[in-house]
Amino acid sequence: MNLGNPLILVTFLPLVGFLIILFLKPEQKNAIRAVALATSLVVFGAALWLLAQFQPQTAGLQLVVKQAWLTVGGMPVQFFMGVDGISILMVLLTALLTPIAILSTWSAVQERVKGFMLFFLLLEVGMMGVFLAQDLVLFYIFWEFTLVPMYFLIGVWGGERRIYAAVKFFLFTMAGSILMLLAIIFLAGQAHTFAMDELINSRELFAGAQMLLFLAFGIAFAIKVPMFPLHTWLPDAHVEAPTAGSVILAGVLLKMGTYGFLRFNLPLFPEATRQLAPWIGGLAVVGILYGAMVSYLQKDVKKLVAYSSVSHLGFVMLGIAALNPQGISGTILQMVNHGLSTGALFLFVGMLYERRHTREMEAFGGIWKVMPVLSALALIITLSSMGLPGLNGFVGEFTILTGAFGSAALGSPWFAGLATLGVILAAVYLLHMFEKVFLGPVKHAENQGLKDLNLREIAILVPLLVLIVWIGLYPQPFFNLINPAVENLVALVALP
Amino acid sequence: MQLETALMDPIFALVPWVVFLPAIGLVLNLLVGKRLGEKGIGALASLASGGAFVVAVLLALGLTRSPEGATVPLVDWIRVGDLSVRWAFRVDTLSVLMMLVVSGVGTLIHIYSIGYMHSDVRHNGDPLRFRRFFVYLNLFIAMMMILVSADNFLMLFVGWEGVGLCSYLLIGFWFEKGKDGIGNAQAAKKAFVVNRIGDFGLLLALFFLFWNFKSFDFAVIFAQAPQVAAAAPWVVLAITLFMLLGVTGKSAQIPLYVWLPDAMAGPTPVSALIHAATMVTAGVYLVARSQALFVLVPAAQSAVTWVGAATAIFAATIAVGQYDIKKVLAYSTISQLGFMVAAVGMGATVAGMFHLTTHAFFKALLFLSAGSVILGMEHGAEHAHDSHHLDPQDMRNMGGLRKRMPVTFWVYLIGSLALAGIAPLAGFFSKDEILAYASQQQPGVFIVLLIAAFFTAFYMGRQVLMVFFDKPRSEAAGHAGESPAVVTVPLIVLALLSIGGGALNLPGSLWLEHWLEHSLAEVHAGEFLLPVAAGSLAVALAGILIAWLVYGRKPLADAKTPDLLAHPLGPIYRGMESKWKVDELYHAVIVRPYQALSGFLAGPVDQGVIDGLVNGIASLFSMLAQLVRKLQTGYVRTYALAVLVGVVAVLAYLATAGLR
Repeated sequence: MNLGNPLILVTFLPLVGFLIILFLKPEQKNAIRAVALATSLVVFGAALWLLAQFQPQTAGLQLVVKQAWLTVGGMPVQFFMGVDGISILMVLLTALLTPIAILSTWSAVQERVKGFMLFFLLLEVGMMGVFLAQDLVLFYIFWEFTLVPMYFLIGVWGGERRIYAAVKFFLFTMAGSILMLLAIIFLAGQAHTFAMDELINSRELFAGAQMLLFLAFGIAFAIKVPMFPLHTWLPDAHVEAPTAGSVILAGVLLKMGTYGFLRFNLPLFPEATRQLAPWIGGLAVVGILYGAMVSYLQKDVKKLVAYSSVSHLGFVMLGIAALNPQGISGTILQMVNHGLSTGALFLFVGMLYERRHTREMEAFGGIWKVMPVLSALALIITLSSMGLPGLNGFVGEFTILTGAFGSAALGSPWFAGLATLGVILAAVYLLHMFEKVFLGPVKHAENQGLKDLNLREIAILVPLLVLIVWIGLYPQPFFNLINPAVENLVALVALP
Repeated sequence: MQLETALMDPIFALVPWVVFLPAIGLVLNLLVGKRLGEKGIGALASLASGGAFVVAVLLALGLTRSPEGATVPLVDWIRVGDLSVRWAFRVDTLSVLMMLVVSGVGTLIHIYSIGYMHSDVRHNGDPLRFRRFFVYLNLFIAMMMILVSADNFLMLFVGWEGVGLCSYLLIGFWFEKGKDGIGNAQAAKKAFVVNRIGDFGLLLALFFLFWNFKSFDFAVIFAQAPQVAAAAPWVVLAITLFMLLGVTGKSAQIPLYVWLPDAMAGPTPVSALIHAATMVTAGVYLVARSQALFVLVPAAQSAVTWVGAATAIFAATIAVGQYDIKKVLAYSTISQLGFMVAAVGMGATVAGMFHLTTHAFFKALLFLSAGSVILGMEHGAEHAHDSHHLDPQDMRNMGGLRKRMPVTFWVYLIGSLALAGIAPLAGFFSKDEILAYASQQQPGVFIVLLIAAFFTAFYMGRQVLMVFFDKPRSEAAGHAGESPAVVTVPLIVLALLSIGGGALNLPGSLWLEHWLEHSLAEVHAGEFLLPVAAGSLAVALAGILIAWLVYGRKPLADAKTPDLLAHPLGPIYRGMESKWKVDELYHAVIVRPYQALSGFLAGPVDQGVIDGLVNGIASLFSMLAQLVRKLQTGYVRTYALAVLVGVVAVLAYLATAGLR
């Protein structure tokens, strides 16, 4: 196996840091943090190197690693990895958010730092593997693998109801995964392979069962997204998770669900995809409006942001259901956008929590007066989340809605039309949040002396802000990475 | 594209700088403003805005040479499949007219703000906020320039929502002030949300445009519009009606006008620049720009016209019943925007743009003079003994300011007469052109607008009499003082423009019409109809005369006396005073039900039904697990172990399953 392949590097380099930390004493907190941060930065560098070798105009898999690995029942399980326009931005997003999340724990995590960082690096391995694996068994292993570290991050370093939230997160995902596992076994039984390229070529072999197969994969992914009505694990998980956990959960783990639809459901089961597109689109629209309405009157700001994810991921699913280039390219960009904006929102919530030890919006008010830098930056992120033109969220949402409006698969402009109402509702709940926390007079004496951002905190936010503005004003370099693979995917799903 | 660039007058290549210069100004102020001091900050921001004005003048000079204008592309923006949008600028007589108005009036207001905000930040107790104001103001100029210089509808939309953001930031500039400390912040939020309702309409119009024209470029859409309208007229109808929804939001028309009066919570220069002279005219500009679409669907045209006419008269009645000097001007602005919307709706695009321009002069003048009055009242309150809780914007507390603030009085009088439509001031000519057109095309609209014009003259007469004449009704008014030169000089410039602005399109020369005919598909020759002109002048004079009969002969005895019309008009006056309770209606019909629905979904539905089902299934399993209950030790590490074992078991299962 070529250990110098950038895909291998981004996936397994975190293990190097894992091993080093393993040999450090638990008291050496700063050394542990430094090793973890350095490792994640090296991974980020490797991801940039991967990007440098990536050829945007090529639609298919690149930098492929394909190696015989196991034999299961006479069928070869391959160590098969590859990257294309659908996964490359997810890899970059993961590589970017991991060091940011680690840096955000500097003062927030003081207990059991060693265990925390160990799990965090394992989590990065799992996430990278999910986005790069091209063999169903390999994918499934990575998919399940992400579950364990996240379970511990919530269950050990979480808030008061952490056990409840962690178990709920685990069981929910597990329930879906079992369906997917059954489907994988069935698929392999029909096609005698686990490799994605061969499965797509022989997809006629299991075309008869594709509706059931679509649902088995789809439910596993829909739980992860999460799509309405399978979303109730998310607010609990977010509220209890430590800040860094929330950043990764919202930023990357949810995208594993939408990515799963794009990577597996669409090319493997095209007929079922086309038939179910209006249903997915319908649930997506319900999710957009429902998530926005439920967000509005939340008292816990973290819960508000969590429900906003239900709404935002609704847009992402709507783009998938549109099954045209605008819808799907917009969806992939919006997956990045949501990772940046919602990741940043959770960082702000964490920064406020560290100072005040509460997330109740009632405990704040007038924060702009005492923390002008934090507030001004929080406003930019809020606006990005609202889809203000000129910032990243708008580009993704607009492209998705444009695609959905004229989508032949959805068959009606009503989906996009109703989804556009979400633009109004987003302004309602996000500006409500901003007003409650940042505007008005300083109501509570405890808030008078709050310290504004320090350099470390600004350093965490700057890369996110730069990308938010960059994608808003000049998204074309990103679309150039995405477009060829999407054209390919659309052709794979289209009527023969 | 290459062709356009090759043949283009080189001076047009400057057009991106109308956006870049104010953007550079705001970035510089963010970076080094702290070290510059107030004068430096204000000068830098004014220079940035003034620079944009100079560029606009240069573009206008270029247009006198090559009036067909040009498209100046900057860079690709979004390209996915057949969706392709550029950042590209449009230089033509229509866009440059808007640039001149925005940056011209904008620069004057920047200069005025140096003086106004100097005292405003001190009055409100946070001098450090001075810089933030000018950063926002520059951002606004940049966004407004994007709006008016866009070559396609999507870029226009960027500016459209961008100016909405600036409006939000500036209404909430004193975000810790207002009713219960949160009033200003709520006004800002209301403005943004109501505008978003309009933006929802505009977005839908964009989607229709894309799927029917496969482009957002003005040139492509306007060229193909007739074919599309012939094939599917309902498409163009839908596009234009959804645009109209956007117009009612941004240009404060029925039913979405309710945010504008609340927007007066912003500092007065903001009310002048954003909420009177420029941003709120964006809707008028949109209809004028899209004239080629609107003329294809008469039904949409009459919808626009009647929305404008109804707003013109409705808002004018409310203005009669207000006491806050800025609220009167706010409702007056809504009413005047109604005139413009009605004009562009009827196809009298030149008349609409003419009124937009003159209104920018005299309404900016009125707001800035009102700001000067408020400064004077605050100044007076500081020197008075018992006036600490006095509202410096309530006209009932004023009176007699003519002698205390002579410059402000004279410019205010000029602005009022221009607004009332007294010849030969600017407003007379522009309003008359709208009325003349309506009298020939739409007699019903003509009558409605004529009545609105009467109300206009009446409420302005009332305001001038209440503020400047008779004796001071409070100690503060008695001690009020004239504002400094940095405030009064921009007022004098605007006063001169309000006097002479009519020259832009005088009957006979019709300079503006010849200027705009290069950008507009159809130009209807403006006519000067002597009977209409004489009639509208008579109506205006009658309005002022009646105002004098009511408020001038027998002035208010003191600040506590009810309005002199309150008794004779009874419930009608109370209706006007309470703004016909529209806010209360919206609150009961939209806001409250939405809050109830949101609470219902978050509580009983989400936590009750949906999560309850999930937990129900889970507890079903845990009942079965009673048998193995001893395993539940409550220690996380035990669970951890269990989970790890579980994952291994799954993998083992997978392996064996395959081994059949």
